[in-house]
Amino acid sequence: MADTSATNVSRQRAGAGLALVVLAVAAIAFPLVFSSPVVTNYAIYALIFVAVVSAWNVFSGFSGYISLGHAVFFGSGAYAVGIAARDWHVNGVAVFGLLPLAAAVGAVIAVPFGLVALRVRRHTFIVITIAVFFIFQLMAFNFQSFTGGTIGVAAPFLPWSPTSFNDHFYYITLGCAAVMIVIAVLVRRSRFGLQLRAIRDDEDRARGLGVHAMRVKLTAFVLSGAVTAAVGGVWFLYLTQVQPQSGFDPLFDLSLVLMAFLGGLGTIAGPVLGALIIEPGQLYLTIRFTNGYLSEILLGVLFLLIVLFVPRGLVPTIGEWIRRLRTRGRPAVAPVPATPTAPVEAPAREAKR
Amino acid sequence: MTALLRTEGVRKAYGGVHALDSCTVEIDEGTVAGLIGPNGSGKTTLFNVITGYAKADEGQVYLADQKITNIAPEHVFARGIGRTFQLTRIFASLTVLENMLVASKHGGAAARQRAMDQLEFVGIAGHHAALAGTLSYGQRKLLELAYVLVSDPAVILLDEPAGGVNLSLVNHIADRIRELNAAGKTFLIVEHNMEFVMGLCDRVTVLDSGAVVAAGPPDIIRTDRRVLNAYLGEDLEDDDPHPGEQA
Repeated sequence: MADTSATNVSRQRAGAGLALVVLAVAAIAFPLVFSSPVVTNYAIYALIFVAVVSAWNVFSGFSGYISLGHAVFFGSGAYAVGIAARDWHVNGVAVFGLLPLAAAVGAVIAVPFGLVALRVRRHTFIVITIAVFFIFQLMAFNFQSFTGGTIGVAAPFLPWSPTSFNDHFYYITLGCAAVMIVIAVLVRRSRFGLQLRAIRDDEDRARGLGVHAMRVKLTAFVLSGAVTAAVGGVWFLYLTQVQPQSGFDPLFDLSLVLMAFLGGLGTIAGPVLGALIIEPGQLYLTIRFTNGYLSEILLGVLFLLIVLFVPRGLVPTIGEWIRRLRTRGRPAVAPVPATPTAPVEAPAREAKR
Repeated sequence: MTALLRTEGVRKAYGGVHALDSCTVEIDEGTVAGLIGPNGSGKTTLFNVITGYAKADEGQVYLADQKITNIAPEHVFARGIGRTFQLTRIFASLTVLENMLVASKHGGAAARQRAMDQLEFVGIAGHHAALAGTLSYGQRKLLELAYVLVSDPAVILLDEPAGGVNLSLVNHIADRIRELNAAGKTFLIVEHNMEFVMGLCDRVTVLDSGAVVAAGPPDIIRTDRRVLNAYLGEDLEDDDPHPGEQA
């Protein structure tokens, strides 16, 4: 019995490993097969969102604190790279050396942001993240000497030919996405990740079992913010400019939430799948229909459908279907029978010692 | 004996309601202490104040003569007080073993082994890989007890451990408490099941309207008129008071 179980686990692991190798090969070969810049443009945006939504998920998905203020980190990372390159005269591929600075800026912003926002929970937390987002957007508009105001900041020229420009960025964003997915897996498997998931289930109970909830939440928030800011820097270099309304876009966080909910909040594969479905879809609709609002309306409709019909997300729901098929209709997780205990006498004081 | 856990004159009010009123309780090391009283008498509030879930308006809480008044729950736990809740609070989306590891002070293979040992002790080790949300109510009570034990606290506070579980499980829980107590663990138990309390506890404290009305050995408390008054609302005026100790 134990041997069969161990064999099944080994088979599953081998299958998962093989699937990962196939996915990695397909991802690496993608721009060689689909060389059109239009197609690689879709892929680059999708990978940017794979990285960012995975970073968002490490905090919001694992802890249950739904942040609608991650655009603060994304925009700040973009501006940090742009302003540093402009003021320090960094040109060429050397601008990629500024990405750690962008991550540091994101982390530095996340500390006071988190110390304020993480004191409260649920809807109050969400409202505070939105408020902080608008503060940053307003600062980007109004600190003109620093941020360039409505004009924004332009990226330095990258010495890549137009034909290979997208390919370079494809592999850079693929690297970002891969690194972030590995970070998410490591966090989920760690004691730190376990504490985050305990906070999601019952924060007060977790505290009563010695979990330093504020410290754990803040660490996750800073990690998530730092990665989001670094990816924001990559996005800026690809787009070659950042403006307040694009860097600090209110739809950015809604998209992240939708991607995570569609795929499966708190899972590793779910947000990745959500980003791979929604971002190219959104781009296609925006390009296909000149009325830009159509994609946003459809985004709202999709969110309603997900909440109504697959509230747990695609990955957990499909996983449950597969398990049911395998177990031929029996519940995926077998209900635990009552603990068998031998009937004993009612507690009697005399029997105590 | 020395009091390992002590509250001195603790007051706690919610708006105009005095949940605790100059509440002084002493728990001796190595004993099983009971805390009883009618609904709303302040038992759970006292647990909350001791464990940092509620702040005392006045008064002090001491653990081994060290003041722990109004410190955060995680620090109370680190000092050596573990507690369970009246309505079980487990991490439903985590497995039983993961629940245990949340409470472990360290990670690694040693922590997993210790967690498995505690699950074995309470009798649910066979379910370590199941999601905690799939456990029955009684098994959740056992899981709560197990994950409090995993960090080896000095004092264990149990809030209605026998509430809502069947008789055989009540006995199972009582046996585990006896074994732990025999090994030196100190308990403070809130419970409405009088048979359970009287059969298990060395000393019982009775709360009514947030104040201690009696404290003493179970046999004395059982016949204390103030206790009967607190529970049944009997008139005491014309009778000889009580054989129990002064509160």
